[in-house]
Amino acid sequence: MEARRDEPVRQAESEPKLRAEDLHKSFDGRVVLDGLSFEVADGESLVIVGPSGTGKSVLLKHLIGLLKPDSGRVFVEGKDVWAISDRERNELRKEFGMSFQEGALFDSMNVYDNVAFPLRRSGRPTREIRDRVRECLDIVHLPNVEEKRPSELSGGMRRRVGFARAIAHEPDILLFDEPNTGLDPIMTDVIDEVILNMREKLNATIVTITHHMPSARKIGDRIALLYGGKIIFQAPPDEFLSSQDPSVKQFVQGSAEGPLTPEGQVAPSKRPSEGA
Amino acid sequence: MKFFEAIGRTVLRVLEEFGHVFQMMGRVIGWTFRPPYDVPELFRQMVRVGVDSVPVVFLTTLFTGMVMALQTVNGFARFHAESLVGSVVALSLTRELSPVLCALMVTGRVGSSMAAELGSMRVTEQIDALTALGTEPIQYLMVPRIAASIVMMPLLVIMGDAVGIWGGYLVAVKLLGVNPVRYLENSFQFLHIGDDIVSGMIKAAVFGLIFSLIACVRGYYTTGGAEGVGRSTTRAVVSGSLSVLFADFFLTKLLF
Repeated sequence: MEARRDEPVRQAESEPKLRAEDLHKSFDGRVVLDGLSFEVADGESLVIVGPSGTGKSVLLKHLIGLLKPDSGRVFVEGKDVWAISDRERNELRKEFGMSFQEGALFDSMNVYDNVAFPLRRSGRPTREIRDRVRECLDIVHLPNVEEKRPSELSGGMRRRVGFARAIAHEPDILLFDEPNTGLDPIMTDVIDEVILNMREKLNATIVTITHHMPSARKIGDRIALLYGGKIIFQAPPDEFLSSQDPSVKQFVQGSAEGPLTPEGQVAPSKRPSEGA
Repeated sequence: MKFFEAIGRTVLRVLEEFGHVFQMMGRVIGWTFRPPYDVPELFRQMVRVGVDSVPVVFLTTLFTGMVMALQTVNGFARFHAESLVGSVVALSLTRELSPVLCALMVTGRVGSSMAAELGSMRVTEQIDALTALGTEPIQYLMVPRIAASIVMMPLLVIMGDAVGIWGGYLVAVKLLGVNPVRYLENSFQFLHIGDDIVSGMIKAAVFGLIFSLIACVRGYYTTGGAEGVGRSTTRAVVSGSLSVLFADFFLTKLLF
C-alpha cells in the first residue's frame, strides 16, 4: 500500500499527468477559483473535498478544457490545454473519462447507445462495442436497462449509467464528479471498488470529487480540501483525517462551527491558511 | 438621458448578438468540412426539418394561393383583367410568399424545437458531456441541423409553389368561374424558371441558414435552467422570424 503511494510522487518529479497553474475564474464578478495550483501524478488518485459551491466541479471542468480559465494554465501530459488547436484539444479529451453530477446522459438515446457513444466514436467493431457495453453495465449492477431511455431511470441509476459511460473506453484519466452522492451505501462501495479497479487495471490517473469521507479514504492516494478558490490543505488520507488543522478538522467532523463558512468565504479573522 | 441610454444599450445588445451569430457561422463552416461526417444524423435532421414540415407548408401555401386568387379576381374584375390573375398568383407565390411564409412557419415549428433541444442539452450538461467525450458539439449538433435546413427549405418552397398555384387555380376556376385554359396559360406565360423559381429557392436556402443558425446559437448559449430554455426558444423564434423578413428585403433587392 505504501509503495503504491510512493510511486506517483516519484513520477511527479518528471512530468505530472495533470497540472494546474495559478487558475483564476470568476462568473459575473463572483470569484470561484482564486490562484489555484496543483498537480496529479501519473497513476495517482486524488480526491477533492470541500463545502458545496466552492468550485469543485468548475475545477474538474477546467482540467478537461470545458471551461477556460480567466488566467492561469492547465497542462495535461505537459500540453497546455489552451495553447493547442481545437482539434488537438478534442483528441486530448478522448484520453479522459468524466462522469457528471446528474449523469448528463444523452436523452435522445437509450442507455445502450449512451454507453456505446465513446466506443463508436473511436471506431471499434460492433461486436466489441456490444460486449464492452454489457460489461460496463454489469460493473455498475445495471443489467437489463439497455433499451431504456434516461428519462425512465431513477437519479441514482442515471448516475451509474453516466459512470459506465465514463469508463467504457478505458481512458487514461478519469474525472468523477460526486460519483456516489445519492447512492445507497452498498452501491457507494461498489463504485469505490470500480474506481480502485480501474486504477489497478489501467493505471489510470483519477480525480474524484466527493463529500463521502469513507470513500475519500478508500480511493484516494491524497485528499485535497478546496475552499475559497484554493486548495488549502492536502495530505494522504490517514494524515488528512487525523489532521489538527482547524479547517480540515471542521470538515472531517462535519461541524457548523469553525473557520469554514457555508458561503464559501473564509472568515476574515481566522483564515484557514494561517492554521495550516 | 435614460431614454438615449436605453437605445444605446439595445443597439449594443443587437450588435453583440449579430457578432455571436457571425462568429458561430465561421466555426460551423470550419467544422462542416472536417471528418467524421455523420450522414445518418444529417438524414434524420432532413426528415425533421423537411418531411415533417410538409403538412404545415402544404396548408400555409394552399390557403395563401387561394386567398391570393380570391382577392385578385375580385380586384382585377374592376378593370376587366381577370385573365391576369394566374400570373399574379404564380409570380407573387414563387418570388415572395412561398419562401417567406415557408421560412416563418418552419422557424416557428423547427427553429423553436432546435433551440429548446440544444438549450436543455446545455442546462443538463449534455453538451459538456459531448465535449468531454472528445466530440465537438458544433460539428455533432449544429452542422447536421443547419445543413439539413439549407437543403430542405428550397424543396419545401418548390412544393409550396406548386400547391399555392393549384390552390389559386381551384378558387379562380372552380369557385369564381375563370376560364381554366386561359388561367393556366397565363400562370406560366410570365413565369421564368431562373428569375422566379430559382431565386425563390435561393432565398429559401438563405432563410434556412438564418433561422437554423440563430436557433442553434440561442440554444447553445442557454443559461439559467428551464426558464432559460424557455427564453432561448422565444428569442430563437422572434429573432429568427425578424431576421428572415429583414434578409428578405435585401435578398429581393439583390436577386431581382
